[in-house]
Amino acid sequence: MKAIVTVMLKDGVLDPQGKAIGHALGSLGFTGVEDVRAGKVIVLELAETDAVKAYHAAEEMARKLLANTVIESFKVEVHAE
Amino acid sequence: MKAGIVIFPGINRERDMAIALKQSSGHEPRMIWHKETDLGDLDLVVIPGGFSFGDYLRCGAMAARSPVMRAIHDHAARGGYVLGVCNGFQILTESGLLPGALLRNASLRFLAMDCHLRVERADTVFTSRYQKGSTFRAVMAHGEGNYFADDATLDHLEHEGLVAFRYCDPSGDVAPEANFNGSARSIAGILSPNRRVLGLMPHAEDLVDPLMGGAGGKPLFDSIAAAG
Repeated sequence: MKAIVTVMLKDGVLDPQGKAIGHALGSLGFTGVEDVRAGKVIVLELAETDAVKAYHAAEEMARKLLANTVIESFKVEVHAE
Repeated sequence: MKAGIVIFPGINRERDMAIALKQSSGHEPRMIWHKETDLGDLDLVVIPGGFSFGDYLRCGAMAARSPVMRAIHDHAARGGYVLGVCNGFQILTESGLLPGALLRNASLRFLAMDCHLRVERADTVFTSRYQKGSTFRAVMAHGEGNYFADDATLDHLEHEGLVAFRYCDPSGDVAPEANFNGSARSIAGILSPNRRVLGLMPHAEDLVDPLMGGAGGKPLFDSIAAAG
């Protein structure tokens, strides 16, 4: 099973990196970019074959390490190979 | 006070921390490798600055989950003293020993420069040799020192008097222009509820002797030494 954990700064937490990317897009001539948020994607290859169990395992990993829930939110997706 | 300094791979400020501790206390601190789990009879555990585990994932995230941290949690729960500076502060927030988090500097720039700190309370083991409201010069060297916590947590810190230091200008004014990294409410250092755990972003240990260019951080280490 492949679990994909997407970690983003929570709404309301200043994302200077996203802001900088937005500025750079503007200077490249891309107009109409109203907001940019930057996060990270962590891809886990899991031995678990049960999708529900894999989801819960990845969620636990996200809560304990992959995301800092003080400042970040996360989303878990599970894909069968 | 028996002090130990925890070393994770990538920590690089331990020697300066040792010099500052020894200068004030007369005792060489014990160096503790991050795989050790027995802190012995230490009174104070110091987590110095650096780039533990290459700042992978988030600053301090890996170090906060390494074996020695369980021992440090137990030490803090017993009422032991803990000081975390720079990366050490990040590790303390990542491990949950202090609230909040240190975000990327609002300017996105790594800041290697002097700053001034205002002492918010002088009745703690870390600050007894300062005057409340006094200021001193310290050195900041960080990319992620922008203190963040939600409003309820910030209000709680203020209400309980757990803000130890704020960024200020040389005259002691907590002005936005003196808050270089964009920290919430200009917070540079916070205390645990029992005031025995201190997290501080700038390097007080960098200025503890006139030969270093200043001694503004020395009272912090004198305070610790005076606590016996």
